[in-house]
Amino acid sequence: MSRVFWILAVLLSHWRRHPMQLATLLIGLIAATALWSGVQALNAQARSSYDRAAATFGGARTAMLVGRDDANFPQVLFVELRRAGWPVSPVLEGRIQIGGRSFRLLGIEPVTLPAEVGNAPTIARSGLQSFVTPPGEMLVAREVLADLDLPEGATPTASGGTLLPPLRVQPDLAPGVLVVDIGVAQRLLDVPDQVSRLLIGKTKGPRAALETVAGDKLRLVEPDAQSDLERLTDSFHLNLTAFGLLSFVVGLFIVNSAIGLAFEQRRPMLRTLRACGVSARLLNTVLVIELVALALIAGVAGLVCGYAIAASLLPDVAASLRGLYGAQIPGQLTLRSEWWIAGLAISVLGALAAAAASLLKAARLPVLVAAQPQAWQQAQHRWLIVQSAVALAVFAAAGVLLWYGDSLLSGFAVLAALLLAAALVLPAILERVLSLGQRGARRPLAVWFWADSRQQLSGLSLALMALLLALAVNVGVGTMVESFSRTFVGWLDGRLAADVYVSARDDAQAMAIKAWLRGRPEVAAILPGGRADAQFRGAPIEILGLPDHATYSEHWPLLESTANAWIRLRPGDAALISEQLSRRLKLGVGDRITVPAPGGNWPLEIVGIYADYGNPKGQITVNYAALTRRFPAIPTTRFGLRVATPEIPALLSALREQFGLDDRSLADQATMKAESKRIFNRTFAVTAALNTFTLGVAGVALLTSLLTLSNSRLPQLAPLWAIGITRRRLAAIELVKTLSVALITALLALPLGLLVAWCLIAVVNVKAFGWRLPFHVFPLQLLELLGVAMAASLLAALLPVMKLARMQPASLIKIFADER
Amino acid sequence: MLSVRNLTKTYRSAGEQVAVLRGVNLDIAAGERVALSGESGSGKSTLLHLIAGLDAADGGEIRLAYLSVADLSDAGRAELRRERLGLVFQQFNLIPSLNVEDNLVFQSRIAGRHDAAWHAELVDRLGLGALLKRYPEQLSGGQQQRVAIGRALAVKPLLLLADEPTGNLDEATADDVLALTRDLVTRTGCGFLMVTHSTRLAATLDRQVHLHAGLIA
Repeated sequence: MSRVFWILAVLLSHWRRHPMQLATLLIGLIAATALWSGVQALNAQARSSYDRAAATFGGARTAMLVGRDDANFPQVLFVELRRAGWPVSPVLEGRIQIGGRSFRLLGIEPVTLPAEVGNAPTIARSGLQSFVTPPGEMLVAREVLADLDLPEGATPTASGGTLLPPLRVQPDLAPGVLVVDIGVAQRLLDVPDQVSRLLIGKTKGPRAALETVAGDKLRLVEPDAQSDLERLTDSFHLNLTAFGLLSFVVGLFIVNSAIGLAFEQRRPMLRTLRACGVSARLLNTVLVIELVALALIAGVAGLVCGYAIAASLLPDVAASLRGLYGAQIPGQLTLRSEWWIAGLAISVLGALAAAAASLLKAARLPVLVAAQPQAWQQAQHRWLIVQSAVALAVFAAAGVLLWYGDSLLSGFAVLAALLLAAALVLPAILERVLSLGQRGARRPLAVWFWADSRQQLSGLSLALMALLLALAVNVGVGTMVESFSRTFVGWLDGRLAADVYVSARDDAQAMAIKAWLRGRPEVAAILPGGRADAQFRGAPIEILGLPDHATYSEHWPLLESTANAWIRLRPGDAALISEQLSRRLKLGVGDRITVPAPGGNWPLEIVGIYADYGNPKGQITVNYAALTRRFPAIPTTRFGLRVATPEIPALLSALREQFGLDDRSLADQATMKAESKRIFNRTFAVTAALNTFTLGVAGVALLTSLLTLSNSRLPQLAPLWAIGITRRRLAAIELVKTLSVALITALLALPLGLLVAWCLIAVVNVKAFGWRLPFHVFPLQLLELLGVAMAASLLAALLPVMKLARMQPASLIKIFADER
Repeated sequence: MLSVRNLTKTYRSAGEQVAVLRGVNLDIAAGERVALSGESGSGKSTLLHLIAGLDAADGGEIRLAYLSVADLSDAGRAELRRERLGLVFQQFNLIPSLNVEDNLVFQSRIAGRHDAAWHAELVDRLGLGALLKRYPEQLSGGQQQRVAIGRALAVKPLLLLADEPTGNLDEATADDVLALTRDLVTRTGCGFLMVTHSTRLAATLDRQVHLHAGLIA
């Protein structure tokens, strides 16, 4: 044991003498662990929320019977099935508005509720009597009380004016869910004697066949380990994980470069240890112990940083998930012990992976030094050929995946293969460019410049790969977000066709405002609008009612439609659907759907598909008059106005004065657009933050590589100094050299980034969000990123170069005097 | 104590087999001090490396205190170097990140044979008392070699092997270092085999052997 201790002490003494190298190693490991575990913390937080949501009264986790077309069905089927021995319990689901916010309302029948269904035991504990006896109770998560700004026991009022049962907190419930007795739900949703599904308990016993009791009216849905929300948000989490993994890999590049240099510097020490009687096996064991100890220290620091990153990004992630999928994520980060253990494990595994090559070299290190000088050029040439061959194979794999792959995972695999292949082929391209430069050089210093750049390449290539990856991902994601942003703005111009939007306090005020507006000559048209919430094939949807007016047919672009689609909406038996609903449910023009409505199921034919970017819910658009017939309770308080632009300010002032409307009830088109763009930008805030982190880590990788190289470069530079080239000039040459290879790398990153952007837009986005965007290239954005990359490279190169410029002659002389 | 019999070693160089040692025989008794000389490339260092178990012979036998070096595993050879041998190189081979004191005790510590009194005596006799907290880079060549000799002798080895220990030193320093080594070798009673090109220095030892064309002349 004491032998291990002494060998460890000797190995650690190296870090004591080279604190900068130790700092580099630790920074790399901390950055890698922090970004990876931070992303994992965010994913874990979101997934635990989905679990809560899924476990709520027979989400996807319970077997159930649903209507053939997913619509509501008569309650009498429940009674008949119970009599036939089926341990079923009815659930009615719908949407309800309180204080302008939409909530998921669940009506349950607590007496028959299967014991194994999530939340059932809680109901039993909390007292059945008060839940079923009028006025009953409305069970909610604590977050709902905060959303409504009401205390427990308060009785809120629904948007239609109906008084709701008193609120009671059930901590197990998911946010955004209200649970009431099924009788109360039927009354609130105006669907008497209707149910949405029947949960099936696990009680075994004789039961009649389903068809003999319910005919073909019901179908069995088996339990699913993954909820709809989990499935929907998979893409978002995969995206986060991909970013986390990329940052992790870039961080490991730093670790690899630090460990590689430390190995080269410790090579004589390792030989001496062997000569003094340390066996190869013992030496390697202690090297691994040293690395694991450092990785554990860095892992703990990385986890603390990861927690901080996750906590700071959580509001943005929650906003993104709410914006993109309507998922509710609590704002408080809770972490389990598994997260800490996994974080430490990933730090240790990452360190071992990054150090694998050095450890292998140490294991094979001969005690005696080879007599011949190292043939670096031949070795590098051979290695570049192998690396390029592997890169070509990976490129081919990316092509195959692109051609045959049809899933989100294959989309990400194409991206990963592209990035990996590009990183592998980078050193070969750089070597080719530099050797061309050397061939064209005439003056001796220029020849040395190119030749030395080539020799330096092997030491810098990992950092340059990191820079290439970070830049390409930045270009790719930046182009995708910018394409999205431009498309979104163009799309908003079509969607927000009205010039002024009014939201009256109630129907009476709405009628008064409309009457007043009809007398205003500047108002060209009043466009009533309505919106109802419904549950369609297991997910919430919006049903949008638009009036039959040329404003829509002229401005609202359709991606696909039948002839005269807008005219076909008039009778109320046709609908337009959003692109994401069409992709998610594989619905196309000409298909027929049935939407549950208060008066009974509503059959509709799909006559068109339109883009609906950024909407977490699927959307169906129908004729406004038809919507109010089917959903008579929807508020008719909102409407748009067509007004000539110069007349808008005066009209807004007049409306404010006449009806006491404030900014929440009255908005012009420009304000609505600004608000939509703000929400859009918030959605992509987390992507931007991770982008910046990755580029930052790549900058650190370049800095650490240059710093670690700077010491080993002295033997190359000292002879030039000795023959009369000043330190300042040498420093300038070193700077130009670094910036040259960084510039070539950055220029290669641009087309790669555009390829990444195309993959994101054409493959990943379609699978992830359900919409496809047009692909745009933004030259100014590319130039900006190029500038950022060069600035990061300049910053990274500056410190080692300044060190060289200020180096004492004694340090350079030492190179010639050093016997080792 | 050391018995070398019919030792052979062949290297491959530029596609050709070069027989460096072609049946070397050598014996060193306990406490005997032997100088090994020979022209460049005659196999002096190779012979030393084979005795130390740093390299493996093609044929023949090396016995050190009845142990056959050829029969030892890597761990066994490491143990041999750690506990029974002291090695001194021309390039000093100190550990740059350890100070003089830690360099001195390093081998004896990992061998589990640290003797504080002997350590103090070594420090005193090698004149390193004022240099203990210095790092190798802050020492002259002679001082570095004295630390290397101290490290090798700290374990009180059976045999001290030195490969041109004065090759990097000026004449006066070389004399000084060698005198110290002889003195300490006598004090410990260990055997001493030193490779040297200098006939003057070789003459100061008990016996001289000359290696020529792969054989002891």
